[in-house]
Amino acid sequence: MSGLNAAAVKQIEEICGRYKDEKTPLMMILSDIQNEYGYIPLEVQEVVSRNTGISVAEIYGVVTFYSFFSLTPKGKYVIGCCLGTACYVKGAQNVIDKFSEILKIKPGETTEDGLFTLDALRCIGACGIAPAVSINGTVYPKVTTSQVPEIIDKYKAAE
Amino acid sequence: MAKINIKIEGIPYQVEAGLTIMEAAKACGYEIPSLCTFNHGECNVGSCRVCLVEATGARGLVASCVYPVAEGMEIKIGSPAATEARRRSVELLLSNHNKNCQQCDKNGNCELLHVATLTGARDDAYAGIHSETFLDQLAPALVRDTSKCILCGRCVERCKNAHGLGILGFENRGFRTIVSPAENRSFAKSPCIQCGQCVNVCPTGALMEHSEIDKIDAAFRAGKHVIAQAAPAVRAALGEEFGYPIGTPVTGKMAAAMRRLGFERVYDVNFGADLTIMEEGTELLHRLTEGGVLPMITSCSPGWVNYAELNYPDLLDHLSSCKSPHQMQGAIIKSWWAQQNGIDPKDIFVVSVMPCVAKKYEKEREQEKVNGIPDVDAVITTRELARMIRRSGMLFQRLPEEDWDADIMGDYSGAGVIFGVTGGVMEAALRTVYYKLTGKEHEPIELEAVRGHEAGIREATIDINGTPVSVAIASGMRSASVLLDEIREGKSKYQFIEIMGCPGGCINGGGQPYVRPSLLPNEDDDIIDTYKEKRAKALYSEDERQTVRQSHNNPQIIELYDKFLGEPNSHLSHELLHTSYAGRERFAD
Repeated sequence: MSGLNAAAVKQIEEICGRYKDEKTPLMMILSDIQNEYGYIPLEVQEVVSRNTGISVAEIYGVVTFYSFFSLTPKGKYVIGCCLGTACYVKGAQNVIDKFSEILKIKPGETTEDGLFTLDALRCIGACGIAPAVSINGTVYPKVTTSQVPEIIDKYKAAE
Repeated sequence: MAKINIKIEGIPYQVEAGLTIMEAAKACGYEIPSLCTFNHGECNVGSCRVCLVEATGARGLVASCVYPVAEGMEIKIGSPAATEARRRSVELLLSNHNKNCQQCDKNGNCELLHVATLTGARDDAYAGIHSETFLDQLAPALVRDTSKCILCGRCVERCKNAHGLGILGFENRGFRTIVSPAENRSFAKSPCIQCGQCVNVCPTGALMEHSEIDKIDAAFRAGKHVIAQAAPAVRAALGEEFGYPIGTPVTGKMAAAMRRLGFERVYDVNFGADLTIMEEGTELLHRLTEGGVLPMITSCSPGWVNYAELNYPDLLDHLSSCKSPHQMQGAIIKSWWAQQNGIDPKDIFVVSVMPCVAKKYEKEREQEKVNGIPDVDAVITTRELARMIRRSGMLFQRLPEEDWDADIMGDYSGAGVIFGVTGGVMEAALRTVYYKLTGKEHEPIELEAVRGHEAGIREATIDINGTPVSVAIASGMRSASVLLDEIREGKSKYQFIEIMGCPGGCINGGGQPYVRPSLLPNEDDDIIDTYKEKRAKALYSEDERQTVRQSHNNPQIIELYDKFLGEPNSHLSHELLHTSYAGRERFAD
């Protein structure tokens, strides 16, 4: 396994230090790392383990339990298609399939150019506007398959 | 403790307040089927629902393992509602299990099969698709088969409790959940020390030792000279596999059984233990008198050596360079014994019977070979020996008491016997070091201060010719790490430290018979607290029975040095009996 460079280790240690007085700091540490680095590979988990005394297996368990955390780098734009009950009934499966078809990636994967990650989400609490798609915090309401190409093009054009 | 009144099946009882329903029921003569019976905090979540009962004042059925009794509570264990609920719980556990009981080496000790039998869960009530499964057979010591795992988490807790390691954890979510080392890695590619404590607590066959019985069969078929040697701690526990109470030493029957399995010689590794003391004692003397690296730490436990290489690579100079006793004895069999009997070492196949699964890994190490020939060819556990005895049709209890083979390496001292319990190596070494420095035997022979049978740290100071020698003993890596951190910080006050991988030492090794209270109806209720002490007593009693109590007084050891090795730590000794260590990557590719 390749190690992290000293600067990266120092940054992770700094994040761990933010929560040293917390009784159960793990979720907060992992959230910060996810937000600031975009993913939490095993090398990083080892540094967190050394700093918190929590075993790597336990940290790995938390990272793989919550879909918010990721083991691999995510794309610049994370397309989250809600597949909760309401969205599903309103045709969300067709929407995510369309994204999948155009981007040539499966849910959970990232495009080769690192631009897009496609995620299948459970209910995001936007049932009134089902089916909903959330891209980097922007929510698109009542998405139809015909809208999918233009949504993708919009982000591509911004590059 | 205050007493309260409860009723079980309508009959009134007085029980201690604060007990769980399961504990109270046990006190009243009921054993509620469970997968955790009195396993001491290695499960306290009450999620398996195998022990459901009816209790007044509760909403629905309750898990008796965690639900406390209350004044006036009426409990029903045998009612149709309770028995059906327990059966369904077990059926649900079985629904994602591979149910290949006839292929499973845990059969006979499987707690899942036991509760299935008790609750009558016989049908495939919830047939459907199974989770994706994984089989890890890469590590020499351990096999993990998730198709048998019921996600109880006992192994996760044991690894943490014993070693503070937490190699195993729950991974993923829902239907895809597995218990595994991080990244679903093999044990061989994780910081696992391969001690096998997880195997001891796994209720099913999901975690097992890597069996080597087939290798032994193949060696017999190939016409090799198959020599067997058994470690001290095996005799203190093998009897349990054949219905003897825990703590019954079965040395004579074990030697008889091994002879009848066809081994050309059956030796006691106690001889190797005595040899280890000669080498390690001499090494300690050199370090003490010539300013060597101190404290010196014992190196007989391969679980501990693994831990050191993975976690304290900077402290490896502190480890004694001595091989462990069975490796030393294997090296002597393939040199001195081979020479005496005119046999090519390549035609010799040495089998070690061990209380340990980490020894399976140890024998594979490159540093444990002489001229490319391994000292030991196969390692089987106490449990595997029992399997070999059973399949051969022997009625163990009817075997005669026989002696070990005595040519060249038959004698052993009481000092060798006690290697099997935490503090034993320390005591054996001190008996010899004391003699070497003072010219007198230590009186009394027993060094009570270093004795014990539990995990944790013990320390003592032994006065040798006016010089105090400070020693410490730890078993289980949680305790060991305390002593190691002291060394790292330059604060250690000890000269000599004994470390054993498993809590309590080899008597509680990962290859020993399973201690499952629910499957041991004739043992005391507190057996889970007392079995280590009982096994330790079996070894100390054998020490007391020996006429020779110190390694340096073993006549065949003296002869071995006179005629072959020269002196302890000689050039030849180093070639055959010593080894080396190297730091290793924790998550190797």
